[in-house]
Amino acid sequence: MAKLLDKQRYKCALGAMQTVQAINRAIPILHSGPGCAQKLSDGIGSSGYFSPNIFPCTSINEKDVVFGGVKKLHSTIENALKVIDADLYVVLTGCIPEIVGDDSGEVVSEFADADKPVIYASTAGFKGNNYKGHEQIIDAIIEQYLKKADNRQKGLVNIWADVPYQDLFWLGNIRELEKLLREIGLTPNTIFGYNRGIENINKIPEAEFNLLVSPWVSVKNMKKMEKKLGIPYLHYPTLPIGAYETSKFLREVGKYAGIEVEKVERVITEHENYYYYLIERYADLFLENRVINKQFSVIADAQYALGITKFLTNDLGLVPAKQFIVDDTPKEYREAITEEFKKLNYGLSADVAFETDSYKIHNEIKAHDYHGYPLILGSYYDKELSEQLQGNYLNISWPVQDKVVLDDFYAGYTGGIRLIEDIYTVAVQRFN
Amino acid sequence: METNLSNSNVATRENRIGSITGYIGSLKELASQSECGTLKGCSRCFSQSSSCLSSCALGQLSAIRDVAIIHHGPAGCSVASAGAYYLDKVMAKKRGVTNDTVYVGTDMNENDTIFGSTESLRKIILEVNKRYSPKAIFVTSSCATGIIGEDIDSVVDEVKEEIDVPVVSVHCEGFKSRIWATGFDIADHAVLSSIVKPPKEKNNKINFKNFYESARPEIIEIFKNFDLEPVFLYCNSTVEELSHISESLATTCICGTLGNYLGNVLEEKYGVPYIRSINQCGITGFETWLREIGKVTGRSDKVEKYIEEQRAIYIPQIEEVKKELKGLRAVIGMGPGYTFEVSRVLNELGIEVVWALAWHYDKKYENGDVPPSMKYLLDNHIDFEASVADQQNFEVMNILNKYQPDLYLSRHPGSTVWAIKNGTPAVYVADEYMIFGYKHTLEFAHAILNSIHNRSFEQNLAKRVKLPYTDWWYQQNVGTFLEEAKN
Repeated sequence: MAKLLDKQRYKCALGAMQTVQAINRAIPILHSGPGCAQKLSDGIGSSGYFSPNIFPCTSINEKDVVFGGVKKLHSTIENALKVIDADLYVVLTGCIPEIVGDDSGEVVSEFADADKPVIYASTAGFKGNNYKGHEQIIDAIIEQYLKKADNRQKGLVNIWADVPYQDLFWLGNIRELEKLLREIGLTPNTIFGYNRGIENINKIPEAEFNLLVSPWVSVKNMKKMEKKLGIPYLHYPTLPIGAYETSKFLREVGKYAGIEVEKVERVITEHENYYYYLIERYADLFLENRVINKQFSVIADAQYALGITKFLTNDLGLVPAKQFIVDDTPKEYREAITEEFKKLNYGLSADVAFETDSYKIHNEIKAHDYHGYPLILGSYYDKELSEQLQGNYLNISWPVQDKVVLDDFYAGYTGGIRLIEDIYTVAVQRFN
Repeated sequence: METNLSNSNVATRENRIGSITGYIGSLKELASQSECGTLKGCSRCFSQSSSCLSSCALGQLSAIRDVAIIHHGPAGCSVASAGAYYLDKVMAKKRGVTNDTVYVGTDMNENDTIFGSTESLRKIILEVNKRYSPKAIFVTSSCATGIIGEDIDSVVDEVKEEIDVPVVSVHCEGFKSRIWATGFDIADHAVLSSIVKPPKEKNNKINFKNFYESARPEIIEIFKNFDLEPVFLYCNSTVEELSHISESLATTCICGTLGNYLGNVLEEKYGVPYIRSINQCGITGFETWLREIGKVTGRSDKVEKYIEEQRAIYIPQIEEVKKELKGLRAVIGMGPGYTFEVSRVLNELGIEVVWALAWHYDKKYENGDVPPSMKYLLDNHIDFEASVADQQNFEVMNILNKYQPDLYLSRHPGSTVWAIKNGTPAVYVADEYMIFGYKHTLEFAHAILNSIHNRSFEQNLAKRVKLPYTDWWYQQNVGTFLEEAKN
């Protein structure tokens, strides 16, 4: 049912055009109004090989609403194949064709013999947000493109994480997860970002298992691959940030993959030694500053709300105030995610709300006594509030206007250090 | 055609002023065909993404201070609220005021498309009013609500009884018009029909329709010379200010595409003269505009004095820099409000326009005349290849590849980067005041020079990237996908 979406922190399902955009040489073809791509793109970091303003689009007009837009969809796909040099063409349907009943699947099936693969995903804006849209794209690849492999490659692991572009750190995070897996002797396979693409998609069916690092996004995709491609999966719900969670993550992945314990422990020890060399040197800053208080709130999607809460609590010894998950997490995952917030060191537990109405979130934060300056990690919407409360604020979730990220990341040991750098950069900019 | 402010719908630019989005030919043919009424636009059987009229409409309205926008549709339609929030905060801070405008969505889902959601919408409007006490509330539709026939007008009529500030329905279905600038008219229509009041007493103000008022301090200073005071619209406007714009001496705008509807309706309904000169870009543009203001407000002497003083300062400097610009060849791609104005300035600076793309073209303005910038070019025998291209980047790239100009000038986000990938230096004419008056014309000339003098960035990048268009496309005629319009 329609609801008041006040300071919205996600896009619609068609926003998953950015998931396609994150796959090198894959191009979205939009069966939508002319301005959807422009609205759903982010102002910066979008001028890659393909950019939203060159996505082919049927640019539906009044006539198409009345008579249907399948003819225009056909000519748009046909000519996109001629004009644009891509490896994969993904048709995304918007609100209009799905309400008026265009059979886009039928049109796409006419291109089954094209030189390049053409697939389609149902991503009407009213079907859900861009987290769900992301799942629709991965589903489309599984259903319409991938085939079960005869052979499996030992140690090959597909890694899946959160939503590209919606997640500011998507590129850096997935590279860091790859690096960690490689260090314990596995061969990671991912489909997003530089030097990945159709060949990596082709390799998906050969993997020994899928590794999903996300509280809920893509759980459905994992199940679908298990069923269709026979690939089992390990679901690790917490984005590992910092030493505590990353070591736990490596042990669990190592155990699942059957890697000898000594090997995993050697990698962990080496990382922890360096990590704590840095922490030891900067412990003075953490202990002897006047502005970072113990209590914090994260206002982000489930991934960062959970990952950062665990990091700040288990690594840095801060204390969680209430946490806010703003991605409209489907109801069936909420209980398990809430449970994760109870598994903190020293029997600590974080209160967590699934809330998409920012007015309510802001009121709760204003009403809470942080017993000092609050530390708020959230979106640009939370900056003014943090200023009003004289808090410390870091822009880590969408919308982002306060930070430029090219390939920075918060995942892993190094990612934890980066997050510490960002938080304490905020601290030293006021009075330390 | 008389404007009907009691109807919440505005006719599209196609229907009202014969706007088109597809054409290829010479500028002269474009103009003469539109003058004699034979111009027919073309449609495309292949197109790339463009813009949504709701972005233009709500971008304008959400810049007004302390109002509420309620965008009734799926979350992707109201996603513009994130950008609007940012812009409102930074533009207010820049000017030293506060802006507490809220822009919310209704996160419409599949059930709503089947059963409708007018009751939810009613509650949302009341809740937004309760939370924020905005000075006006704009309730707007989307493609989805438009197609299912959601009766927003009735909901608005109903809540009006419970809310003591203007509540206005704004019809923003993206499929309604190919001309996204129709959104500017939609915003103006909403303001005119619900906020602007009939004049009580005349003042010495000039309504100045612009985007982001970056030249505000300097225009205030210029106008002081003539005992005039500019009122900038709509960025940082208050509802109270807007309610009085019918009392101003005249209306002017930085961009004809942006200001045409407001200017004409204020003239038609309240007798506020609309300054219909070429715009303020470049020397001739600036002087023509100032003289027109002088004429309309009876201040010609003061204007002439100002022009004389300023010419002495700037003309020698502009003449100097022109020596270095002479002979450069440029391609430009902008909205029609700017393309034909900037073409004139380039001509003034000695730069040859080899091809000009306008994202759309208005055959005429509300008063029935050909747009003044176009008329100027014709009267002065300035002609070049022109196309009407609705931001179709593949057409721009085809042209850049064929003509290999020294320079590409563009005004829309995401466009300049493609030129530099082609190895063509690009000047992003982002700010609407970038070529305003003598001072900024001089700066603009230097901006071009700087872009030409150091081509490192584009050369470094162009050398290393592959362009996404096939060789096949580069061999095609730029108009390959244009089809004769069927209506």
